[in-house]
Amino acid sequence: MSTAASNLEILPRGVQVTLALGLVALVAFPFVGTDFYTQMVTRMMIMAIFAMSLDLLQGVTGLVSLGHAAYFGLAGYVLAFLTPAGEPVSLWWTLPVAVLASGGAALLIGFFVVRTHGIYFIMVTMAFAQMVFYLFFDNKLLGGSDGIYVNFKPSASVFGWVPFDLDNKLTLYYITLGALLVVYAFLRRMLWSPFGRTLAGIRVNEHRMRAMGYGVFGYKLAAFTLAGSLAGLAGYLWGVQTGYVNPELMGFQMSAHAIMMVILGGMGNFAGAMVGAFAFDYLLHVFKDLPQFGSVNLGKHWQLWMGLFIVLVVVLAPRGLLGLAERFGKLSKKTGSTS
Amino acid sequence: MNECLLSAKKLTKRFGGLTAVNNVSIDLWRNHIHAVIGPNGAGKSTLTHLLSGDLPPTSGTVMLGQHDVTGWTPEKISKQGLGRSYQKTNIFLPFSVWENVRLAAQSRQPFASRWLQRATTFVATNARAERALALSGLENRKNSIAGTMSHGEQRQLEIAMTLATEPQVLLLDEPLAGMGVAESERMVRLLLTIKKEHGILLVEHDMDAVFTLADQLTVMVNGQVIATGTPTEIRADAGVQAAYLGEDMDEAHA
Repeated sequence: MSTAASNLEILPRGVQVTLALGLVALVAFPFVGTDFYTQMVTRMMIMAIFAMSLDLLQGVTGLVSLGHAAYFGLAGYVLAFLTPAGEPVSLWWTLPVAVLASGGAALLIGFFVVRTHGIYFIMVTMAFAQMVFYLFFDNKLLGGSDGIYVNFKPSASVFGWVPFDLDNKLTLYYITLGALLVVYAFLRRMLWSPFGRTLAGIRVNEHRMRAMGYGVFGYKLAAFTLAGSLAGLAGYLWGVQTGYVNPELMGFQMSAHAIMMVILGGMGNFAGAMVGAFAFDYLLHVFKDLPQFGSVNLGKHWQLWMGLFIVLVVVLAPRGLLGLAERFGKLSKKTGSTS
Repeated sequence: MNECLLSAKKLTKRFGGLTAVNNVSIDLWRNHIHAVIGPNGAGKSTLTHLLSGDLPPTSGTVMLGQHDVTGWTPEKISKQGLGRSYQKTNIFLPFSVWENVRLAAQSRQPFASRWLQRATTFVATNARAERALALSGLENRKNSIAGTMSHGEQRQLEIAMTLATEPQVLLLDEPLAGMGVAESERMVRLLLTIKKEHGILLVEHDMDAVFTLADQLTVMVNGQVIATGTPTEIRADAGVQAAYLGEDMDEAHA
C-alpha cells in the first residue's frame, strides 16, 4: 500500500459523497438542532479549521508540531486586546491583524524550529508553545491565568451598512461554516499545486528533494507560517464565539487534542482532519456526560475513554476514520459485484 | 571543443581520525565520462558526496563552471547544474514514476511555490519530465508506483530523476549496482547517449561497463588516487594491477 493512497490524497468517490452529505447536514442543522447544539457544532467547525491547519504540517509536510495551539490562542488574544471595554471593534481589520499576528509568530518561531528534524522538531515546537503559554499565564498585563473577556463580538459594519451581525448565533454559525469551506477548498487545491507537491515530497524524502535543488527550509517555513495563520483564523473565531480567551487555548492539551483529531480522522488529506475534529469533539461531549456509578464518576475520567478510543482507532484503522470509511466502501463494492 | 564543467582541487575529507578522501583532484569535461574505481571503502562515494555538497570537504575546492561551490548546500549546487544519483536507491517510493520525475523537473520551475494552480498543468515542467522518462526508457511505467517496481527499474528511475533537473554535470554512484544483464546494457547505452551533453562522473564496480564507457579513469585506494589516465594506460599500470585489479582484470578483458 502506498503512502499516497494510504494518505487518501485522492478522495475516493464514497468519501466524497459522504462529505457532500455532511455538508448538507451542516447547512440544515440549525433548522433542526437546538440553540445549544448549534453552538456546539459552531465550535466543532472552528476546531475543524484548527485541525486542518495542523494537518498541513503533520499529514502533508511530515512535521509533527506539539505546539500548534500557540498560534490558535494568540489570535484569540489579539481580538481580546483589540476589543475596547465599551464598544465593538470592526471585524474587517481585527481579523486580518489577528491572522497576521499568528502568522508572524509562526514565521518567527518557524525560522528556528523548521531546521530541526523528527523528535527534536516535536520538542522545540512544544518548548516554544510553552514559552508563549507561560508568557500569558504569568503576566497580569496579558490577563494572567484567568484570561480576558472579549466584551463585544466584532462588528461587520462597513460605513454604517451592516451586512451581518455576529451576535446572532445563526449568523455566526453560517459565517463559520463559510470559513470552514473556504479553508478546506483552499487547502485541497493547494495540495495539488507545485507547492503542495513539494511539501509532500519533503515528507516522503527530504534528502532527495534537496539533491534535486529544492530549498526545503523555505518551503517548510512557508508551510509553518501558513499553518500558523490558519490556526489563527480558527482562534479568532473561537474568541468571537466564546467571548473569552485564556491561556488554556495555547496550552499543551489543546495542541495534543489537535494532533489526536488529525490522527483520528486520517492524515494528509484535510478531509480526515475535519472529520476527526467533529468526531473528537462529539466524543468528548459523550464521554464527559457518562453517568456516575456509585462512587465512580465515569464522565470525570473522559480522557481515559478518549485515550482508549483513539488507541482502538489507531490499531483497527491506521488510516483513521476516513480510511475506515474507504475500506467499507471497497468492501461493499466487492460484495456487491460478487453477489 | 571540450569545456571543463567541474574541477575539484585537492579535496580532503576527514571523519575524526579517518581520512576518507585524501588530496583528490578531479576534472569533468563535457562529452567525457570519467570513471572512478577502487575497492570498497576507497572513498569513492565520499568523493561524490563532497562534489554534490552532501558533505562539506575538510579542505580543497570545488569549481562548478565559473563558480566556487565549496561548502555550498546540495540544493544550491543542484541549482547550479549538478545532478547526482545515489548508490542506495533514493526515490519517492510511494509516488508514481511520473510524479517522481515530475517533481524532479519541477525543481527547475521558476514558480515552484505557486499555491493554487494544479502542478500537472505546467507545460515546460511536463516536457522536461517526459524527456527524462523517454531517455531512461520508463515511458510505459509512468503510472506505476515507484516502490512496486523491480530494483533495476528503480535504478532507471533514479537516473531519470537526475536527468529531469537538466544538469550539466552528472555524478552517478554505481548506477549498475544490482542490475541484470539486459538492464545493464540498456543503462550503458543510455549513458553513451546522454554523454554528449554532459560531463559525467561514474563510480562503478562493473569493470566491463567501466572499460566500455570511460574516457578517463581514476583509481582510488584508501582515500587516495593511485593512478589516473585513459583505460589503456590504467590497464597497463603495474601499480593498479597490484593494488586493485589483480588477475581478475586479465581474465575479464583478455
